[in-house]
Amino acid sequence: MDERLAAAWKLLPDYLSQHVLISLCALVLGFAISLPLAVAASRSAAVRWPSLFIASLVQTIPSLALLALFYPLLLALSTLSQGWFGHGFSALGFWPALLALTLYSMLPILRNGVAGIAGVDPAAVEAAKGMGMTDAQRLFRIELPLAAPVIMAGARTAAVWTIGAATLATPVGQTSLGNYIFSGLQTENWVYVLFGCAASAILALATDQLLGLIESGLAKRQPPRIWIGAVGLAVGAALALSPLLAAPSQVGAYKIGAKNFSEQYILADLMADRLRAAGASVTTKDDLGSATAYRALAAGEIDAYVDYSGTLWANVLGRKDNPGRAAVLAGLTSELKRRDGVVVLGSLGFENAYVLAMRQDRARALHIEAIGDLSRQAASLRLGSDLEFLSRPEWKAIESAYGLAFAKTTSYQPTFMYRALGSGDADAISAFSSDGRISAQHLTVLSDPKHALPPYDAVILISPRKANDQRLRGALQPLIGKIGVEAMRAANYSVDRDENKLGPAQAARELARALKSKTPN
Amino acid sequence: MIRFSDVAKSYDGRRVVGPLSFEVAEGAFVALLGGSGCGKTTTLKMVNGLIAPSAGQVVVDGGPPRVEAIWALRRRIGYVFQEVGLFPHITVAENIAVGPKLAGWTVARAAARVDELLDLVALPREVGARAPSALSGGQRQRVGVARALGAEPKVMLMDEPFGALDPATRDALGRDYRALHDRLGLTTMMVTHDVTEALLLADRIIVMDAGKIVADGAPRELLSDGADPKTRTLMRTPLRQAMRIAEVVAGSSHG
Repeated sequence: MDERLAAAWKLLPDYLSQHVLISLCALVLGFAISLPLAVAASRSAAVRWPSLFIASLVQTIPSLALLALFYPLLLALSTLSQGWFGHGFSALGFWPALLALTLYSMLPILRNGVAGIAGVDPAAVEAAKGMGMTDAQRLFRIELPLAAPVIMAGARTAAVWTIGAATLATPVGQTSLGNYIFSGLQTENWVYVLFGCAASAILALATDQLLGLIESGLAKRQPPRIWIGAVGLAVGAALALSPLLAAPSQVGAYKIGAKNFSEQYILADLMADRLRAAGASVTTKDDLGSATAYRALAAGEIDAYVDYSGTLWANVLGRKDNPGRAAVLAGLTSELKRRDGVVVLGSLGFENAYVLAMRQDRARALHIEAIGDLSRQAASLRLGSDLEFLSRPEWKAIESAYGLAFAKTTSYQPTFMYRALGSGDADAISAFSSDGRISAQHLTVLSDPKHALPPYDAVILISPRKANDQRLRGALQPLIGKIGVEAMRAANYSVDRDENKLGPAQAARELARALKSKTPN
Repeated sequence: MIRFSDVAKSYDGRRVVGPLSFEVAEGAFVALLGGSGCGKTTTLKMVNGLIAPSAGQVVVDGGPPRVEAIWALRRRIGYVFQEVGLFPHITVAENIAVGPKLAGWTVARAAARVDELLDLVALPREVGARAPSALSGGQRQRVGVARALGAEPKVMLMDEPFGALDPATRDALGRDYRALHDRLGLTTMMVTHDVTEALLLADRIIVMDAGKIVADGAPRELLSDGADPKTRTLMRTPLRQAMRIAEVVAGSSHG
């Protein structure tokens, strides 16, 4: 079997169980809220229009954005709860995913519930009233049984939507089948992407079929169908969830975070391996958003991760100046400690700076060496950027420092950004200086004589809660100053290249081996 | 048994029925007769509270008004209407047992009552196991009557109960119900727009027009020349038909 496929299978029990857990909880909660709401809505127009309007409105929010919006909301709630009750809760992972998916699941159940109850034969309702049933008796004995097939059809739609949307829970830190898709997309591991898509599609289809069996059983009043469907769902859910019970308790485990690109996966695995070697149990939270990661660390939801000095300087501290590499690092160390209690353990030894890069042949033809040269011709050139660059302060800084005005700017997922440059769809891109593709694709990095871009030293950050944790510090301290940019580029490229790809975990082991051979101890 | 005191019903300030004041004696079979929109169905539904009066009082069974919940009152009154409204998701027997179950009867007593009622409305007992959708229109209405009688009500309200049936079935069911009414000592109020049906079944006919009572009396009185012009117009057609049929019968016997 293909090595990547084997690796994907190995991850399946964990990803699938988490995916089923979050989908199931969201659906049960969504059903528990929507059905009473549908009953209330079918009784009163004053409930009906607002609730259907809000549910429809939620549906128009892209599900990825809906998931992301719950993180800051929950973080604020957690801070409040910390202030009032003395303990907060995790604003990352399960809860934001649960709330967003629950909201997302509500519309079909609500809409079908209202339609189903409204569609009950008026003669049956009149007979029920005329016979002296109370409102509740009429609801439970007549209206709900008669509306059940329509309500089940809504639940079916909700289940398919929720299982699909749950793949988007990965960026807020909830493990799901989306982990295959996000990390696969990032490292161009198409086997992972396909595997994740197929797994979530099969899960959705199987659930749909079993719920469909229950629906037709209700419609045709054939209890055996209902039982087969229900037992099938229960057995399927139990099987999928069983790894959660078997898994060793993760209480007390170190949580290492990673943002959503290859270098972050590799460094997270590198740190996790060192901790494990020191006898600790470790979990990793991959694919965190750039801003989410720091807030999660400050809130103690992850214990350590790698960030970049310039990013922290501009985005977290909101600074627009550039006092130089050493001053930025020193400023960060004191300021983050003072403000959030976050420990900057030190720089790993390389920079992953935002740089502007061009294809070598193109740069030569246009006589461009520095960003200043670019600005003179920018009006006829197209910039390709990653998804966040154009909204970051760094872009504003070089834009104003050099007066850059491109003919067109387009955002890409990083993998496709490099492709766009290669194929000529973009003339310049916002690259990362430690990216292996810079040397592999023979790109020219444009110099920044005005120092508009801050330095981007990769630094290990430790959460306030673990600031004095000697095991954590002891395991990570030896990495400080040891990883050069060439070693990092090589590790990154081993994951990002098309042929003979390594997984991030393998690349981390290779990197550790390379470090050891360089500095024997 | 049933007393209306100055009862009126208005929608958006526009009075559609009343004021009505009349009494229905125990054991009476009263037909509410009139054209569509005359307010007869509204009047009937104010008896069991399916429509609440805007003014006045409706008292059933002599008791003081509104001391019980509306659903408790309805359980003491049988209600049959044209669409029948059998519950499609349960069997015929379960439909008939709804009333007894609501009244808190034991399972055994309710089951015995189902058999008794199927006999009473002249349906074979095996019909009980069927789904309502497997019945003919006439059978369905017989089940409707049986279900309304489930918890042994003393008062029956019937809203065009046989209106959707073919003439033969309609006649048979009408006569069967009248026999039940007498046998069980029921008090019945029946809404109909069919003058012949009213004349043949009822002891007393209340004729309504534009929300008001225009005539109230025994069938024989309404057929007399002393009745008001509207009532006379109403009665003319069945009377003429009856005489014509009598002539046909006489002619053929001589022919």
